[in-house]
Amino acid sequence: MTALIFIIFAAIAVLCGINLVVQTHPIASALSLIGVMGSLAVLYLQLGGEFIAAAQVIVYAGAIMVLFIFVIMLLNAGAEAPTFQASRFVRYFGMILFFAFLVLISFIVLTMQSKSEGVIFGAFQGTTLDVGRKLFTAYLLPFEVTSVLILIALVGAIVLARKEV
Amino acid sequence: MILANFFVLTLIKVALVAFVLLTTLAYLQWIERKVIAHVQLRVGPYRVGPHGLLQPLADVVKLITKEGLIPSHVNKVFYLMAPFVAVTLALISIAVIPFGPEITIGPVTTWMQLTDLRIGVLFVLAVSSIGVYGVALGGWASNNKYSLLGGLRSSAQMISYELPMALAVAAPLLLANTLSFREMVNSQSGYWLGFIPRWNLFPEIVGFIVFLIASFAETNRVPFDLPEAENELVAGFHTEYSSMNFAAFFMAEYANMVTVTCVATLLFLGGWQPAFPAPYSDVIPILIFAIAGLIALYHGLNPARRMDRFTLPATALAFLGIAAIFGLSLFVPPLKAILMALFWFCGKVLFLLFVFIWVRATLPRFRYDQLMRFAWTGLFPVAMINLLATGLIVALTTK
Repeated sequence: MTALIFIIFAAIAVLCGINLVVQTHPIASALSLIGVMGSLAVLYLQLGGEFIAAAQVIVYAGAIMVLFIFVIMLLNAGAEAPTFQASRFVRYFGMILFFAFLVLISFIVLTMQSKSEGVIFGAFQGTTLDVGRKLFTAYLLPFEVTSVLILIALVGAIVLARKEV
Repeated sequence: MILANFFVLTLIKVALVAFVLLTTLAYLQWIERKVIAHVQLRVGPYRVGPHGLLQPLADVVKLITKEGLIPSHVNKVFYLMAPFVAVTLALISIAVIPFGPEITIGPVTTWMQLTDLRIGVLFVLAVSSIGVYGVALGGWASNNKYSLLGGLRSSAQMISYELPMALAVAAPLLLANTLSFREMVNSQSGYWLGFIPRWNLFPEIVGFIVFLIASFAETNRVPFDLPEAENELVAGFHTEYSSMNFAAFFMAEYANMVTVTCVATLLFLGGWQPAFPAPYSDVIPILIFAIAGLIALYHGLNPARRMDRFTLPATALAFLGIAAIFGLSLFVPPLKAILMALFWFCGKVLFLLFVFIWVRATLPRFRYDQLMRFAWTGLFPVAMINLLATGLIVALTTK
């Protein structure tokens, strides 16, 4: 049952990812990215990270992607016409290289898989209590440094966007 | 036995909650029109059924049979997707709201809640974050400058006010030390000094006010309804929608209103916990409905309008009947648990909905820059200071 849910949502994530690249309209690409975020949230939930899943939806899919969509709407970016300027040789050779790349990645994953143990769904200690505890004890320095990083980004954005009085 | 099977039980609960929610949405519109009308010294819907009670039905029939026009210049995929997203997400949040405690009907023991997530509060916040897309896409896909402006303004407003709302929600979470709604309500049981209910309202009055103001903005209600105001932007982001698509946006707005009032009740007003200690609080519903029935009967004896010779005594009978049901339930413990919890929960939610409608009838609307300035320089610092003060007090007073 859990394997079935994993396969369904992983397939949705991969298909949305491919759709993101294939679509010509930027809004359709942005919505595909939201689909990827949602599927990833379900996968986090399956692994046991319930807080991370909710945070993924609230922050990534619900705030960051909204800002992406704002920018696309305000700039009125329309559908791009797909232009294929590459020659036929390049296109066919590219396909062959792509499949070779896929085979290489599968080979690496399969050889590495036999060395490590499998994933156990729900093994991760992901309740809010555990995340909070770890965040304030073991990972305190990365937490504080990340907040300083976000502060730098905020200050930079305000400096860039203010009007000269 | 088959009824105790989890799936059958959940299906029955889902059907019940969905039916009650959809009927409430339809009649919430009737309540709103009547309350605003009486505030403005007029009558409101009056002719369709007694006192306009069948008006929601007439509106539904009108909206269904209206011509569903899709303009030729819209982006069809997103145009059709936007109301679907809006209404689906608005209706999902009711799944984690507990209406009462654990009840036992015969062999079946179940909670009066569809499902309890350990991260229930985060689930509601997540669903309301994604609900912004319904509005933004609807405004953009209509290919119309008024709709685009309305959609962008509305979604910017919604994400700006999510911030004070989340901070105001975080303060009672500190007090209750849990993210699930069920335990949040359980932590508000009991009474201080024997008679003051231990609701989160009393330590967190600032948080409650911030949450209420932010929820007016989240649901695009007056005084924050500039994005859909009729004399500003034609009709804002739902200008180009007709018939069932428009009805979907409309329903999504009322469903959002119900969701935020339910969340405010659970977080601040103690959910289904009664306001008075146990033996006295059983008498309150009977008293309230009996007094309402007697008042209706008294006014029915010399009515102001001819129709009220029939409707006022009918209303009086209905109220006295409900009082009798509450009185009878005192002798049947499982029914008593259900009815008392529902009375207190629905009473608090309906009171907050009345406040929403009252504010709509009273206040003028904010200009858009005033609205955004209020969110970022007014509500957000207040919510932040509230959270810091709560955190300080919790840290100093717990071992």
